[in-house]
Amino acid sequence: MALAQQSSPHARNARSTSQVMRWVILAALPGLLAQTLFFGWGNLINVVWCTAVALAAEATILKLRKRPVTIFLKDNTAAVTGLLLGLSLPQFAPWWVSAVAVIAAIVMAKQLYGGLGSNPFNPAMVGYALVLISFPVAMTTNWAQPGLLWETGPGFGETLGMIASGQQTAVDGFTMATPLDEYKHKIATHTAAEVLQHPTFGEGVAKGWEWVNAAFLAGGLVLIGLRIITWHIPVSMLAGLAIMSLAFGSNADQYAPLSMHLLAGGTMLGAFFIATDPVSAASSHQGKLIYGAAIGILIYLIRTWGAYPDAVAFSVLLMNFAVPFIDHYTPPRTYGHHKPRRGIPGKGQG
Amino acid sequence: MTQLWDFSGGIHPAENKHLSTTRPIAKAGLPDILVLPLQQHIGEPAEACVSVGDRVLKGQKIADVTGGMGVPVHAPTSGTIESVSLQPVPHPSGMSDWCITLRPDGQDEWGTLSPVANYRDLDREQVLDLIRDSGIAGMGGAGFPTNIKLRPPKDRKVSTLILNGAECEPYITADDMSMREKADEIIAGLRIMAWILRPERCVIAVEDNKPEAIAALRKAAEGTQTEVAVIPTKYPSGGEKQLIQLLTGMEVPSGGIPADIGVMCQNVGTAIAVSAAIFRGEPLISRITTVTGQAITNPGNFEVLIGTPIDYLLVRAGLDDNALHRLVLGGPMMGYTLETPSVPVVKTTNCVIAATASELPDPAPEQPCIRCGACAEACPMELLPQQLFWYSSSGEFDKAEHLNLFDCIECGICSYVCPSSIPLVQYYRAAKGEIRVQQAEHLKADRARERFEARQARLEREQQEKELRRKERAKAAAEAQAKKQAEAAEAEAQGQPADDRAAKAAQVQEALARKKAKNKQSAATDSNTPEKPASEPAPDIETLEKQLNQSTAKLNTMQSMLEDAKAENADNVEKLERAVTKNHDRVKRAEEALAEARHSLEAADTQTTDS
Repeated sequence: MALAQQSSPHARNARSTSQVMRWVILAALPGLLAQTLFFGWGNLINVVWCTAVALAAEATILKLRKRPVTIFLKDNTAAVTGLLLGLSLPQFAPWWVSAVAVIAAIVMAKQLYGGLGSNPFNPAMVGYALVLISFPVAMTTNWAQPGLLWETGPGFGETLGMIASGQQTAVDGFTMATPLDEYKHKIATHTAAEVLQHPTFGEGVAKGWEWVNAAFLAGGLVLIGLRIITWHIPVSMLAGLAIMSLAFGSNADQYAPLSMHLLAGGTMLGAFFIATDPVSAASSHQGKLIYGAAIGILIYLIRTWGAYPDAVAFSVLLMNFAVPFIDHYTPPRTYGHHKPRRGIPGKGQG
Repeated sequence: MTQLWDFSGGIHPAENKHLSTTRPIAKAGLPDILVLPLQQHIGEPAEACVSVGDRVLKGQKIADVTGGMGVPVHAPTSGTIESVSLQPVPHPSGMSDWCITLRPDGQDEWGTLSPVANYRDLDREQVLDLIRDSGIAGMGGAGFPTNIKLRPPKDRKVSTLILNGAECEPYITADDMSMREKADEIIAGLRIMAWILRPERCVIAVEDNKPEAIAALRKAAEGTQTEVAVIPTKYPSGGEKQLIQLLTGMEVPSGGIPADIGVMCQNVGTAIAVSAAIFRGEPLISRITTVTGQAITNPGNFEVLIGTPIDYLLVRAGLDDNALHRLVLGGPMMGYTLETPSVPVVKTTNCVIAATASELPDPAPEQPCIRCGACAEACPMELLPQQLFWYSSSGEFDKAEHLNLFDCIECGICSYVCPSSIPLVQYYRAAKGEIRVQQAEHLKADRARERFEARQARLEREQQEKELRRKERAKAAAEAQAKKQAEAAEAEAQGQPADDRAAKAAQVQEALARKKAKNKQSAATDSNTPEKPASEPAPDIETLEKQLNQSTAKLNTMQSMLEDAKAENADNVEKLERAVTKNHDRVKRAEEALAEARHSLEAADTQTTDS
């Protein structure tokens, strides 16, 4: 019998990309559960729809690119992209808005750049930013009114009907602006106490949102515990956001308070599930800290002084641009060397 | 309690060490044949100093290195030298190398041994020579000659001597079992090395997964200055650089050796060999080797004669031939697969793993890197494996080197943790090989350029010298002329009639006469030429041939000179080109003349034969 010839190492760890992605999906489920409990069936329907479109788009493009379809579909990365978009899009976003976002993410942002591992930008955020700019009405008016699933809001069938109808604006009674949006637009003319009277805020920081963020935080901590992501990006991103908020926005009558920044938008989902996308993030520890902190700072800048109420997508995409630069200047110091070798060989200190 | 530091990264792979620690070390026995590679160490290969047919005794030197770095090879038992030939040796490439084949006679008869009871009475150099003559090379893996390692550069003082008993690779238990059973010999060997080096600190480092070995060493080390340091189990704690960092907090500088920071590492197996060489006078003819894996019925550790074929050893340990899928020499992290089990155990063979397909399954197909960074997290050298992978696989070697590719110790951790199943280490090895080839070529090109520049400089210098000489000659001529004129002037002044006009007329006359004669001559030759064949009815073909040969030779020389000149872009290309054309014509003419001559000769011949 011929003996197997292999290059060392002969022992291998069992955790594959597919398993890593499966863990990411599992870790996002508490967040999805919280969304469903407080905002109705919309997110769940979106997640299922987006994942289905993502898998179909991935399979089609893989086939066109003559790549093995099943091997790549099994790596679960397309499913994760679909899932993240489903979690981020407004609950009553029309089906075609979601589809455009997913197809842009998979086809443009991922496969046209060479597929898994070659995309410089976070695919889900490319899709999100694209539909946010292209369909601002659909993307800002379709957020569900918070309330417990079994108490208020449309049922499963009604939600499905609204999404499937394809109308840009959903039924008025069920929707409202997000708390960050509400606060941003009202605070110019009202005091903080007056703004917080709005039903979107509830009794805590922002009704429902705080639980959704807490659930994503919990899922994220599980990912850190499983060593699927490191703490560097989430912690530096939250720290960047918090420091900006404390430094510039301590007056609640002028700017949204820190608690709202951390718990009312897509912050935790962004910090633990989106900014940590390894393909488009910085790679060294130091690089991750810079990358995360810059995202946090950008989120604050855009939310506070920019045109959009939430800013995770834009901040992540902007920092994706900077990743190659960050990576070149933040290599770790190798054992036995005095200093890390920064920069690009042949240029500067080659 | 010894103070410990930590090294970055590292992994905890499944240890699988219990497989081979259940039984004490057994003697592997005497195989039918022993194959002893002449090169089992780093350095120059040894040369056989016995002949085919010789009977040799156990422990007799059968090959030695006469020039350069290396250690001798000894007969592991008494018997007859059967051949000195190319045999497959343990090497990742599956190559063959020169080996002495020894047919044991079963008597196991020792030659004369000269043990040293009190080595402290000897010179340190003498002890080092004994270690060399005993054929000891590092037994941990690389096989660096121990006597050379024990003689660090004069300006480097070894203050910490580390005995490496970490044995961090899964499966391998050879050092573990040696430490359990031969702790006294290890301490004795360590003391010899310590006496040679005079360090301030002696440490034996053992991972905390070997409590029996630690207890045995502690007992043996009682009353000595030797520390037994228990280090946490984490691969690759037994890597030299990582172990030094663990025990001293210092890092071996990139491209340097441990002695640069006053540290030296030796393997516990080496210590046993040193002790045997000094106290018993026995050269290195056997070693402890782990034979393990799920395709082995009775895995364990064996005292194996160097040169024992691995298939013999596998049978000895009970190999299930049908279950065997992969045969690994060394550990599962850094070992290499064997194509055939018929290679011998050498001085560095610490483990043989006969693995089943489920035990070490074939790797999954390589997938794209998702930049997850698991490799960078785990890299004990703090490299950026994924960047190195990009650059290695895309041929951007300068960037890979910039990111310290050559600091990679090939421990295999990055490949082990890679979720995309990328054989990263394989890419780095290929890139390193490629870079080494490029460097060699670069060096060659540099030398060629230097040679060329030196030649150019020499030519220029010669040209200048020539010019100088020409000027000197011109000057001398001018002086002579001036002198002559001066003399003439003097003569005139003295009243001698210097009839300039008459002299000139005479000169003109003379020149005219010369010209006339020349014209006449050339006219004669011109009129002669067409008549030549006629005037010489039997043309001298030999002469013509000779002429042709000469011209051809000259043309060839000219052409090669022209090529050289062209290659070097010299100034004289044009001149040479002209010369070549001229010579070419000459050859052509000579050929024509020869052909004509031959033709006429033939014609003459036919005429004669006809008549």
